[in-house]
Amino acid sequence: MKLLLKDGTTIEGKSFGANRSVAGEVVFATGMVGYPEAFTDPSYAGQILVCTYPLIGNYGVPSFAKASEGKPDASPFESRKIQIAGLVVSEYSEKYSHATAKRSLADWLKKSGVPAMSGVDTRALTKRLREHGVILGYLSSTKYGHGVSIFKDPNQENLVARVSIKKKKIYGKGRIKIIAVDCGMKENIVRSLLTRGATVIRVPWDYDFSKERYHGLLISNGPGDPIMAEKTIEHIRAAMKENKPILGVCLGNQLLALAAGAKTYKLKYGHRSQNQPCIDLIGRPSFAPPSRKASDGHSKATKGRCYITSQNHGYAVDGKSLPAGWEEWFVNANDDSNEGMLHKTKPWRSVQFHPEASPGPTDTAWIFDEFIASLKK
Amino acid sequence: MRKPKKVLILGSGGLKIGQAGEFDYSGSQAIKALKEEGVKVVLINPNIATIQTDLPFGALPRPPKLHAKDGAKEGEKLADTVYFLPLTEQFAVQVIKKERPDGILLGFGGQTALNLGLALEKSGTLKKYGVRVLGTPVAAIRDTEDRDLFVRRLNEINVSTPKSRAASTISAALKAAEEIGYPLMMRAGFALGGEGSGVVRDAKMLSEKLKEVFRSTPQVLIEEYVGGWKEIEYEVVRDRADNCITVCNMENIDPMGIHTGESFVVAPSQTLNNQEYHALRGIAIRVIRHLGIVGECNIQYALHPKTGDYRVIEVNARLSRSSALASKATGYPLAHVAAKLALGYTLPELKNSVTKQTTACFEPALDYLVLKVPRWDITKFDNATSKIGSEMKSVGEVMAIGRSFEEVLQKALRMLNVPLDKAYLARPVGALLEDIRHPTTNRIHAIFGALRKGVSVGKIHQLSHIDVWFLEKIKNIVELEAKLRRGKLTPALMREAKQKGFSDRDIAALKKTNEAKVRALRKKLGVLPSIKQIDTLAGEFPAKTNYLYLTYHGAEHDIEHGKNQAIVLGSGPYAIGSSVEFDWSGVQALRTLGEKGYETIMINSNPETVSTDYDMSDRLYFEELSLERVLDIVEFEKPKGVVVSTGGQIPNNLALPLQKAGVHVFGTDPRNIDRAENRHAFSKLLDTLDVDQPAWAELTSPSAAVKAAEKFGYPVLVRPSYVLSGAAMSVALNRESLLKYLKRAADVSPDHPVVISKFIENAREIEIDGVAARGSLLIYAITEHVENAGTHSGDATVVLPPQRTYLETIRRVKDVTKAIVRELKITGPFNVQFIAKDNRLQVIECNVRASRSFPFVSKVTGHNFIDIATRAMLGEGTKERYRTLELDYVAVKSPQFSYGRIKGADPRSFVEMASTGEVACFGDSYGEALLKSMLAAGFRLPKRNVLVSLGKEENKLKLLPAMQMLVNMKFKLFATEHTADFLAANGVPCEKVFKISTGQEPNVLSLMEQGAIDLIINIPTRAYERENTDGFIIRRKAIDMNIPLITNRQLAEAFVTALHEQKGNGLKAKSWSEYRA
Repeated sequence: MKLLLKDGTTIEGKSFGANRSVAGEVVFATGMVGYPEAFTDPSYAGQILVCTYPLIGNYGVPSFAKASEGKPDASPFESRKIQIAGLVVSEYSEKYSHATAKRSLADWLKKSGVPAMSGVDTRALTKRLREHGVILGYLSSTKYGHGVSIFKDPNQENLVARVSIKKKKIYGKGRIKIIAVDCGMKENIVRSLLTRGATVIRVPWDYDFSKERYHGLLISNGPGDPIMAEKTIEHIRAAMKENKPILGVCLGNQLLALAAGAKTYKLKYGHRSQNQPCIDLIGRPSFAPPSRKASDGHSKATKGRCYITSQNHGYAVDGKSLPAGWEEWFVNANDDSNEGMLHKTKPWRSVQFHPEASPGPTDTAWIFDEFIASLKK
Repeated sequence: MRKPKKVLILGSGGLKIGQAGEFDYSGSQAIKALKEEGVKVVLINPNIATIQTDLPFGALPRPPKLHAKDGAKEGEKLADTVYFLPLTEQFAVQVIKKERPDGILLGFGGQTALNLGLALEKSGTLKKYGVRVLGTPVAAIRDTEDRDLFVRRLNEINVSTPKSRAASTISAALKAAEEIGYPLMMRAGFALGGEGSGVVRDAKMLSEKLKEVFRSTPQVLIEEYVGGWKEIEYEVVRDRADNCITVCNMENIDPMGIHTGESFVVAPSQTLNNQEYHALRGIAIRVIRHLGIVGECNIQYALHPKTGDYRVIEVNARLSRSSALASKATGYPLAHVAAKLALGYTLPELKNSVTKQTTACFEPALDYLVLKVPRWDITKFDNATSKIGSEMKSVGEVMAIGRSFEEVLQKALRMLNVPLDKAYLARPVGALLEDIRHPTTNRIHAIFGALRKGVSVGKIHQLSHIDVWFLEKIKNIVELEAKLRRGKLTPALMREAKQKGFSDRDIAALKKTNEAKVRALRKKLGVLPSIKQIDTLAGEFPAKTNYLYLTYHGAEHDIEHGKNQAIVLGSGPYAIGSSVEFDWSGVQALRTLGEKGYETIMINSNPETVSTDYDMSDRLYFEELSLERVLDIVEFEKPKGVVVSTGGQIPNNLALPLQKAGVHVFGTDPRNIDRAENRHAFSKLLDTLDVDQPAWAELTSPSAAVKAAEKFGYPVLVRPSYVLSGAAMSVALNRESLLKYLKRAADVSPDHPVVISKFIENAREIEIDGVAARGSLLIYAITEHVENAGTHSGDATVVLPPQRTYLETIRRVKDVTKAIVRELKITGPFNVQFIAKDNRLQVIECNVRASRSFPFVSKVTGHNFIDIATRAMLGEGTKERYRTLELDYVAVKSPQFSYGRIKGADPRSFVEMASTGEVACFGDSYGEALLKSMLAAGFRLPKRNVLVSLGKEENKLKLLPAMQMLVNMKFKLFATEHTADFLAANGVPCEKVFKISTGQEPNVLSLMEQGAIDLIINIPTRAYERENTDGFIIRRKAIDMNIPLITNRQLAEAFVTALHEQKGNGLKAKSWSEYRA
């Protein structure tokens, strides 16, 4: 098997997934654990994923138990199928071991029709992606080499439409009702809201929810360029007019920014990792005792706190373009890029990272706590 | 937060099992971090061989020199004041009174520093003198150290710990055991490296163990047994603003039940899924926040392999062996960051010192894996069991970096530098399985052996509880061995073999050819390793890192070769006989080479070192010290040359092969190094120089050996000729004991000859450490041993300047040395060992490399021998005359033993080395230096009752004055039967006690168990020979019950004399600079 890159490079390897070819955007992720979660994250749609951690498949894959009506799918799956277009690793662990494992990663990839390749110097490839930026690629199971038309930029397509659910779904019976706009939503967002006692009304990306009765609006993560999700942006604007509380996550951060009038741009090679440090510039709008709260209702104690976050995005909000009334909530401690924003007076906020984790650290799960708590007020 | 002006750092003392060179790393980083902030640093540490105890050398004060590497002045990275003193309350209080520091760091000197810090706090000393504990507050340390408190604190936040009960008495412990049920785990509170801990199967066993443990610890914990669960560790960092990160997690391949210091440990974890990894990470952060740690700590978990249930086993609220490993594994400078956090910085304020661009508030992403493997030296101790368990016995470790498990495993096993015991592998399957079920230090080889013999992975898993994932990887190696043996070496097979970690030599052995041929073929096939960087972010951000490793899972190098480079080969793993001294020497060589404008390269495989800090060299290759790997690096970097003489025997052995491969070796011509190493050549050389040496012969059959021994006359020294440096040596007193030895050596043949040499009794040992240039002597230091010949030089108490050696002898030592130096055209460091008896001076050994005592002689004389040696190797001349004999003070170096950890070993000196470390102290008199030095090695001065048992007439006679002195000092003497009769007959009052074997009262054993004795002087009857007698039981009990013990006549004499002289004078707390002023 080979990986052909648009810059003319060919990298040879050994196939361990489905025996077919696929085009995609080649990106790298640096997480050391959590491949079932990552591979089923719809934000990876259209992408050929390069894992920098060299050993993949160690603990196999659990069986996928289809969830019963009204329940989200069980962990560690973030959607019903493998979302990545293809996979490139250094070494695939043929023998796996875990109490929960029911089959091998190779078996799962094959059954899912996803090609995968091992035996690659993934560090060298990662450095190339870092220097060049993400590159279009073609994972080829045939002997043919480079052709002009094989590459396809997934970002030209409306990936959100591709991965979003088609029909409204309702989970839970809580008093607090949340509209969750599924732009490629990870199951763990649903799970995170449900465990906090909410009813989740999961709607397709272009669903007009203005007629629904709800307390808060959640805009989910999802793949690709945010400007493709025009309809979602329109609906967010409508909700803003009604002063509805909003929480954006990942793509949701970008969509909320666009709805507010800010700009987004493509990062050179994105953030796909579980160790992104994000600094809270405001302080957690917290339930801390009044003594620890600053006059604006935020906690002094947590202002300047740095959180380790899980991320998966190729586009970002331009923090400098935030319109009046908005301020940056989080910034990336490594590259200063925007990691979240909030409105000074309205109940609108969003984060670029994944408070639902899965895979990755769970340090920012409090974002959901506070969102739900704010809706209860 | 107010920044302190002057900070006291407590070191960790002599290297011992459970507390090794990793604390030189943490202490050195702390000093650097404080000095960067302009804080004055005072250090107490009697470990003279450490880098942290360095001060600028030469005449004081010397203007600080520019360090070539980063422009920082040399002096700016070092402490301001160093005290070579025992780490005891008595001395620490004196230093605090004198120095008046306003801050103290407790977390950088292991358990020793932590315990001392807690004692200083408890006694009110810190409060009295206004010394603030920086970093983790004392209350939080107590929460982690007191097991009962610890469990209670974790309960507060619903974090599970093994069911447990703390007990301070035997009856309470037995009651707790009934509640929890057997088997159970007994742990000693306030102990380093799990000392005194173990699995207990029934009440009888428990009460026996408790008697021992309560001697050295006030409290034990009776715990639920979680043997077989996965053992996982996290290294956690927290700042005062509550930012909290986990720098690294690690998975012990050996599950719960085997101490983490005895385990193979992989980072990051390999068999945990996301849910487990992050659940444990989340708990770690909750726990550390709840306890209020500021700085660094380690948390250990047991994780049920099936249910995912967990228990928190312990939290170490300090830098530890694991944190040193995590630091080297990730490139994240934990100790440096912890010191900055203790000063009040927050994590986001600090930069990632590897990338220099990103923040220190992040969690490293690895794009490789590392494997730590322990290095044991149990075979050095007779009677000692090789079983491993919940107590630590390993003396060192290696860390291998690679991109597949097979690669790191094979690399690590080679790094240990322990020759594979073929006889062991030939044992029947049943014996191998026994070692897998009840693990010994050979377990990994037993697993390999069993898999080769067709035992299934499932069976091995069932016996060992080692996760199948790891076993399958080992099986991959075994299967590839078979494939290599059969198949043709195609490019694909060659690459597969290299990717699975086979060395050229391994492949050569399987293909019945030689290493050079495989290397040539491999290069022809284009199968070459790639050099990769460790950058903490898996390539996500560009990093100017110089931290490197080699792998065959690569298509390109991360770096380009450098210019004007010089390589220094490190020491490899710590082992008995090769310790932190060689790390010190390597670091000094790097410093000098840097000053001389070279780009320096360090190659080393030992994570417990300062030399493997990435800011010590321009490039750090964390790699094997093998010919193959050094050549790989040399061929890529094309350096000007390689320094082989500062890292001990491992690099020294590479000198000749490197030269043969066309590599320039700095200093003495490797052919001349070999002339000193090769017994025949060296002996011939001494003959031509007309230098006296003990008679010796190399024999290939037992009968010839006996004949030779009878010719020389007993006692003789006997050893296998292929093992260097005192390994497996023994003294045979007569034909019977010689035959016994030869039988044990099993295989005396033309391939494995033995060397027999005349052993000279009652002789003194003298050593000379020196530096020469092109055959002429530049500087030397002569040291004398307190113990007579028969005690390995590494176990001897050493005095500088010599106190009892005649000037005439010194002159002759010098003359002989000069002749040898001239003949071998030595350029660089060397060491010659002599024995002197009556008027006869004989040479017993010459090492054309730095010896263990180089840091000692350098620091005592005030001249950096390695600096001088490195300059000599670079061809620099010197006109300076060095004064090394006439000093206004005396320094004594004492061995640090770890017998407490080596169950069953006889704690007395032999010709084989047994000590794991050393300490040294200065004094205005010999007596003062000796007492301080012994205290620094863990000895306690007797208060009242001394038990003496002097074997042999000669010992009794010679020690009679010392016994009288003890009585004069108002000590009460207890003596065993013959000794008591002898003392009474000579008018020395004493109380007679009966030997253990008689069972009669008053008995030695009951006296010891009552806790009545504070010193035991036990001089064995049969010198040099191992014995299993009453004496052995007394000595062993003394160790197990932590009673100070002296077993050597000369040391006993010197100690009693010193005690007598010092009575009332007090032992002064003077700094190193004060002695040198």
